[in-house]
Amino acid sequence: MADRTMTVTVSRYDPERDSAPYLQPYQVPWSEKTVLLDTLQYIKDNLATDLSFRSSCRMTICGSCGVMVNGEPRLACKTIMGNYQQGMVVEPLAFFPVERDLVVDLSHFMECIEAMKPFIIGNNRVPSDGPNRQTPEQIAKYHKFAMCINCGLCYAACPQFGLNPAFLGPGATALGHRYNLDSRDCGSTQRLATMNTQDGVWACTFVGYCSEVCPKHVDPAAAVQQCKAAGALDFVASVLHCQKKCKEGSHGHAS
Amino acid sequence: MDKITVDVAVVGAGGAGIRAAIAAAEQSAGCKVALLSKVYPMRSHTVAAEGGAAAVWKDNDSTDLHFNDTVAGGDWLCEQDVVEYFVTHCREEMIQLEQWGCPWSRTADGNINVRNFGGMKVPRTWFAADKTGFHMLHTLFQTCLKYPTIQRLNEFFVLDLLVDDGKVAGLVAMDMKEGELVQVRAKAVVMATGGAGRVYRYNTNAVIVTGEGMGIAYRHGVALRDMEFIQYHPTGLPGTGILITEASRGEGGVMLNKYGYRYLQDYGMGPETPLGQPKPKHMELGPRDKLSQAFWQEAKKGNMVRTPDGDAAMLDVRHLGREKILERLPFIRELSMFYAGVDPIERPIPVRPTTHYTMGGIATDAHCETTLTGLFAAGECSSVGLHGANRLGSNSLAEIVVFGKVAGEHACIRAKEAGQAREEVLEAQARDVETWFNALLAQKGPEKWAHIRDEMGLSMEDGCGIYREAPEMQRTMDKLAELKGRIRKVGVAPQGNVFNTDVLSLIEVAHGIEIAEAMAHSAFNRRESRGAHQRLDEGCKQRDDEKFLAHSLAYYVKDGPPRIEYGPVKITKLQPAKRVYGAEGAGQAKEGK
Repeated sequence: MADRTMTVTVSRYDPERDSAPYLQPYQVPWSEKTVLLDTLQYIKDNLATDLSFRSSCRMTICGSCGVMVNGEPRLACKTIMGNYQQGMVVEPLAFFPVERDLVVDLSHFMECIEAMKPFIIGNNRVPSDGPNRQTPEQIAKYHKFAMCINCGLCYAACPQFGLNPAFLGPGATALGHRYNLDSRDCGSTQRLATMNTQDGVWACTFVGYCSEVCPKHVDPAAAVQQCKAAGALDFVASVLHCQKKCKEGSHGHAS
Repeated sequence: MDKITVDVAVVGAGGAGIRAAIAAAEQSAGCKVALLSKVYPMRSHTVAAEGGAAAVWKDNDSTDLHFNDTVAGGDWLCEQDVVEYFVTHCREEMIQLEQWGCPWSRTADGNINVRNFGGMKVPRTWFAADKTGFHMLHTLFQTCLKYPTIQRLNEFFVLDLLVDDGKVAGLVAMDMKEGELVQVRAKAVVMATGGAGRVYRYNTNAVIVTGEGMGIAYRHGVALRDMEFIQYHPTGLPGTGILITEASRGEGGVMLNKYGYRYLQDYGMGPETPLGQPKPKHMELGPRDKLSQAFWQEAKKGNMVRTPDGDAAMLDVRHLGREKILERLPFIRELSMFYAGVDPIERPIPVRPTTHYTMGGIATDAHCETTLTGLFAAGECSSVGLHGANRLGSNSLAEIVVFGKVAGEHACIRAKEAGQAREEVLEAQARDVETWFNALLAQKGPEKWAHIRDEMGLSMEDGCGIYREAPEMQRTMDKLAELKGRIRKVGVAPQGNVFNTDVLSLIEVAHGIEIAEAMAHSAFNRRESRGAHQRLDEGCKQRDDEKFLAHSLAYYVKDGPPRIEYGPVKITKLQPAKRVYGAEGAGQAKEGK
C-alpha cells in the first residue's frame, strides 16, 4: 500500500461486550491496486487486531469476504478502494444475523443448500462403467448455474429474504436448478417439490437485484424464474421427462 | 467442555478432507465421521486450483509413462511404490468425480477432454476450463451432503490432539461461532489441512494456508518429511502472487523476457517450439522448478521487465485467439484484467515465480498413517512420498482424491480396531489445552503477530527461496529462533471469544515459525541440489545421490531447533538418472527405448 490515506468506517460488534453494532472510523493508506480486503487486513494487522472478518483466497473464487459497502453487497477482494474516495462504510451482509463485526451467520443459507439436494440423484453408474457422455451443449445448459461461489451476496440483495428469513433464496435455488438441468441427473422431482412451495420460488417477487450483485454472473434470478415455470406449467411434464430419461439410460458410455 | 463422539474425525474440508470423509462413510455404514474445518468447506484452498488433475486417459498414454514423468519430475526422491499406486488409481477417481457431477471439459462428442501440462509427456490433465479446483471442491462438498453419517463442523479451529498410550483418541477444537472449546472424541484422526505456503511472504496461497495441521502432528513427535522442497510456481502476478495457471502454457502460451525472447531455450528446455505448437516436456512445458530457476537466472542477467512489484517475465497467450482464451482460460482473463490491469487477449501478462506448494509434510506410510497410531494425513499437509523434490502440475488435484480416499478408508478400519482410551487421561489433556488457550487469551506484550508473520515471510524468501546459500539460510534460521522468543510477547486484545481471530492468528503464526524452522534446517542440512532445492554454495551445486538420495525427517525439539534425520527412498523400477528436458530429454527417452 502507499502514499495516500482515506477514512474507512467499519461496523464493529462483539456480542460478549457490545449491546449493539457501532461504526468505527479508521484512517488507512491506499494505492491504485488496493482492494477492500487488503484494507481490512491492514486494519487488523496495525490498528485493531480484534477486528473479525472472513477471508481466504483473495482472488474472487472462495466466496468468503462478502460485505456491504455503502449499502451494496460486494466481495471485499473485488472492491477497489480508489473508487470510494468520497467515503466508505463497511458493514456485515444485510439480512443475515451478525456473529461478530463483519462475520454473519450463514446457517440458514447452508440449510437451504442442503435442502436442495445438490448432488447427482438416480444415476447408478460406477467408475468401472466409465464416465457419462455429456456434450458441450449439454454442459452449457447448466454451466452458468454451476459457477456459484456461495458468497451470499444475492441473499443480502434480496428484499424478500429480508422480509421472510425462511425463504429458500436465490443462491440455493440456482444450485438446485443447476442439478435439474444436468443431463446426468434424475432428481428434479425431489428438488422441484422443495422449490415449489410458499418459502420456495413462489416467495420471490422478481426484483432481480440478486443477479445484479452476483460477482460470478450466475444469474440466480433467471434460475428462480425458470423454476417457477417448471413448477407451475411443466411440473408433470418434467417429471415424466425425467423418468423417461432415466429409463432410457441416456447417460451413454464414453470411451 | 462439550463432547462430540465419532469414529473418525477429519481435520480440514478441502478436497482431501472431504474425499476422506466420504471414503470413511462409504467404508462402513456404521462409521460416524466428523468433518471439521476452520472455514466453510467451499473456502478451502482447493477452490483456487485452476489447471487440472492428472489421470491417464488417451490411447497413446500409459500408467508407466505417468510413473516415469512423476519420478523424474520429483528428481528421484519419490516413493516409487506410492507413485505406482497413485498412477493406477487416478483414472477411477476422475471418473468418480464425473459421476458425482464434476463438469469436466469435454470434446465435441461428449467425451472427456485432456490438456498438456508441464513435465508430462502426454496430455493427461483433466480440466474444467481454468476453475478445476473450484469445480472439484464444490462437487465433493455437495456430494458429501448426501451422507447422513458425516457431521460437518464448519468454523471449528483445531487446537490439539488427544492421545492415550501412543494412540490418537480425538482432538480439542474452538467452535468459533460459539466461542467455546469442544472435544471431539475419535478413534482415528485424518489431517487434511493443506500446505504451509503462508510462511512465505509472496504467495499464490490463500491466507488460510498456514499449516497448523502439520504443526500439531509435529509437536506430537511425528516427522515432517522433505520440508526443504518448496515449489515456486513460475507464473504468479507480481505483488499479489495471484496464480496464473500452468494451463496457460499447456494451451500454448509462451514466456518472454523484456526483449520478447523465449528465454527458456537457454536453460535446457529448448529448442524453441513453433508458436501455437506446444511440445510436451519442452520449453514452456518444462517442470515448475526448472522454469522458476530459469526466471531467477534471467532476472539476474537483467533481462526481465522491471515493474513496481519487482522483475517480471511476460506470459503471452494472444496467439491463442479470443475464442480459445474465453473458452479455456476465462478466469485467467478475469484475474489479469482485475488484478494486473491487463487483458491477455490484447497484451502479455506480467508474471513472476511465487511460493505455491509444500512438497513435504507430515510423514506417512503408503496407507497415509503416521508413526502416531490412528493419526492419518492426506493432501498437501502430508508427505506420502508422491512428489519427491518437485511436484508436477496437476498431480496434486489427483493426489487429494486418490489419497484422501486411502486415508479415509484406513482411518475407518483403524477406528474399528481401536480400544477404549482412558477417560481421565483425555479429560486431563483437554484441561491442559484449555489452560494453555486461556493463557494465550490473556497474553500481554508489545509484539504483534502480524509483524512477526511478515518478518518470517521475508526471511524465508531470503534464505529458502529458489536458490539457497549457507550464510542466508543461517540468517533465516537465526531469525526464526528470534521470532520463536518474540511470539511469546505478542499481546492479545481483550475481547470476547466468539470469532476471536486475533488469538487464532497468533496460533497460526506460532505454528508457522516452527514449520518454517523445519524447512530452513532441512534445507541447510541438505548439501546438494535436487528439484526445488537448489544451492549456489561450492560442493552443493550438483545432485549427490550417494549422500542425499534420502528423505529428510525433521523432528520437533522443545525449546530448540529441530533435529534432522534421514530415511531411505523406495526405488522399485526406475533407477536414478540425469533429469533432463527439451532435446536432451527427448534423446534420453529414445535411448531408453
